[in-house]
Amino acid sequence: MSGPEFVLGDVVKVLEPDSTVHPDNDPGLSPERCVALYEHMVMTRVLDERLVTLQRQGRIGFHIGSMGEEATVIGTAAALDETDWLFPCYREFGALLLRGMPLQSYMDNMYGNGNDPVKGRQMPDHYSAKPYRFGSVSSPIGTQITQAVGFAWAAKLRGEKLAAIVYFGEGATSSNEFHCGANFAGVYKTPTVLICRNNGWAISVPAEKQSASETFAQKAFAYGLVPMRVDGNDLLAVYKATRDALALARAGKPVLLECLTHRLSGHSTSDDPTRYRGQEEMAAERAQDPLPRMRAYLEKKGLWSEQKQQAFIAKVDAEVKLAVEAAEKAPAPVLDTMFDDVFEQRPWHLREQYEESLHAPRAQGHGGH
Amino acid sequence: MTQMNMVKAINDALRVAMRQDSRVVVLGEDVGKVGGVFRVTEGLINEFGAERVFDTPLSEGGIIGTAVGMALYGLVPVPEIQFADFIFPAFDQIVSEVAKFRYRSGGEYTSKMVIRTPVGGGIRGGHYHSQSPEAYFIHTPGLKIVCPSNPYDAKGLFLASLRDPDPVLFFEPKRIYRAARSDVPEGEDYTVPLSVAKVVRPGNHVTVIAWGAMLYEAIEASNKAAEQGIDCEVIDLRTLWPVDIDTIVNSVKKTGRVVVVHEAPKSCGFGAELVSLINEKAFDYLEAPPTRVTGWDTPFPYTLENDYLPLAGRILPAIARVAKY
Repeated sequence: MSGPEFVLGDVVKVLEPDSTVHPDNDPGLSPERCVALYEHMVMTRVLDERLVTLQRQGRIGFHIGSMGEEATVIGTAAALDETDWLFPCYREFGALLLRGMPLQSYMDNMYGNGNDPVKGRQMPDHYSAKPYRFGSVSSPIGTQITQAVGFAWAAKLRGEKLAAIVYFGEGATSSNEFHCGANFAGVYKTPTVLICRNNGWAISVPAEKQSASETFAQKAFAYGLVPMRVDGNDLLAVYKATRDALALARAGKPVLLECLTHRLSGHSTSDDPTRYRGQEEMAAERAQDPLPRMRAYLEKKGLWSEQKQQAFIAKVDAEVKLAVEAAEKAPAPVLDTMFDDVFEQRPWHLREQYEESLHAPRAQGHGGH
Repeated sequence: MTQMNMVKAINDALRVAMRQDSRVVVLGEDVGKVGGVFRVTEGLINEFGAERVFDTPLSEGGIIGTAVGMALYGLVPVPEIQFADFIFPAFDQIVSEVAKFRYRSGGEYTSKMVIRTPVGGGIRGGHYHSQSPEAYFIHTPGLKIVCPSNPYDAKGLFLASLRDPDPVLFFEPKRIYRAARSDVPEGEDYTVPLSVAKVVRPGNHVTVIAWGAMLYEAIEASNKAAEQGIDCEVIDLRTLWPVDIDTIVNSVKKTGRVVVVHEAPKSCGFGAELVSLINEKAFDYLEAPPTRVTGWDTPFPYTLENDYLPLAGRILPAIARVAKY
């Protein structure tokens, strides 16, 4: 690549190691907002830890978390306007809760119980949340990318001034969907920000085996998108970069925003990262944990303290405990829900199969229920 | 009434739909200025503009993936896949996303669209311009599959598909795109209901089930069978899934004998499902083993196309065999 138009900009950073703010990039968030977003990161972390425990205890089947990636997930989602839309990958429950999904609904989804908004039809962390302008999680890699682009394209056609962001890991840049989505976004200049959470790992495959590209952001050049890179462990930087990216996207310049972060856990509760990662490497990454970094900044400004930290964690713990209790008390989804929503109305064959199921012996132990 | 071929009839259906509902948009490869390689979308870009008719990049996954996003937003996309043989790059979107959106989101989201695509052989298209992939999609819960056999039905079934709340794959039998003609009320709005088959030739001895281009072969074979004193009842399924089981079962209960015809390969083809359903629902009435006349279990051949297709010459002996069993 040559020519000034193909030069990658610097990685956006805001928080310096001494907890001061880089003056050029300060997003100018109010102290209250800074505290609220930090609290949301802590809440996400606490919830993550509790959910892993619940999985280890056999009380939920699965969890896929965001430990270490909270600044990326929360910073991007916080930068959206109310009218913007968010298309998740599967590691963004922090964004889901920030958009307004009640903790209880999320917990019901984790249990797949009768109160689960998606009626226990998908495994944990596969939520949908249309009321919060939040898409629907599916497991196939990258399918949400073209969908987010199509959604933003439709909004643009209808003259609605919204933008859509879409999350995916760096591994998903190898998928055909990434190529299709980035290409359509470029061709139709859709108001879309493609957010690549580069946490370094696609389950056990490191980023350097995913692509020979020096950066993931530079893939944007080939599609006519704007490349941006941001320190994904810096909440203020992620917020600032996403605001800038959204402004470009709304002006007809879709962005590929690479967030450089770390996955401070396995891929999911089904994964054992010690099989492919060294202890030293993980320790070095833990030193870049976005939570202590933001906390040091707040403490320096006199906005946070150990006392506040303890009190906040206790509050979250209590809320999570209540949500877990309620989720565990809720009944399993009724048999009808297996046959509903395949089509809007049940055709004859599903009516027959439903009748058949009513007279079949019922299985025991529905996901702990 | 105007005499039209199927290309014109579907074009007219698109015009009616797009005039009525500004949410309807058309996207696909070459669907704009050139009007599609078969000209089904001819002139739509002139009438409705480049804001509703899109010549997309050469990317079936991108076409269906972005169409899903449009549908989630609230538009009603009508994506075209240039040949059904090229639908497979979009298979993940159709099977994992389009088909499951309503279900997996607990009914919050729907992915309503009508995916149009030409299917079937008979145009000397070899492996990749001839296939009939309906079985893959019928096997996927959440999709409706339509395949018209004549221009009148094509228009009415298309409009019904568009207004149906569920995603529909609309398979257009390209062998009869221009060969089949019928009276079609031009510019008028009407629907032909989904999941309602049509008895196109009443009879008492053998039920012959077909759809799309092979319907005409089934009729020709049935007419020849009549010369041998075999009175066939020919059913045009029109909607493949959910299939009109009542029309099939009522016919088989009357005849006790059935031949299913389709272009796709035999093994695990839709004929296998139809025969199973007939066995489950009308076994006591059967006088002969239900029989399939289909494409062979080979890739679709170029030179020997007419030996591959289940044309009347192959259907007739099957009818005779079943009738005399």
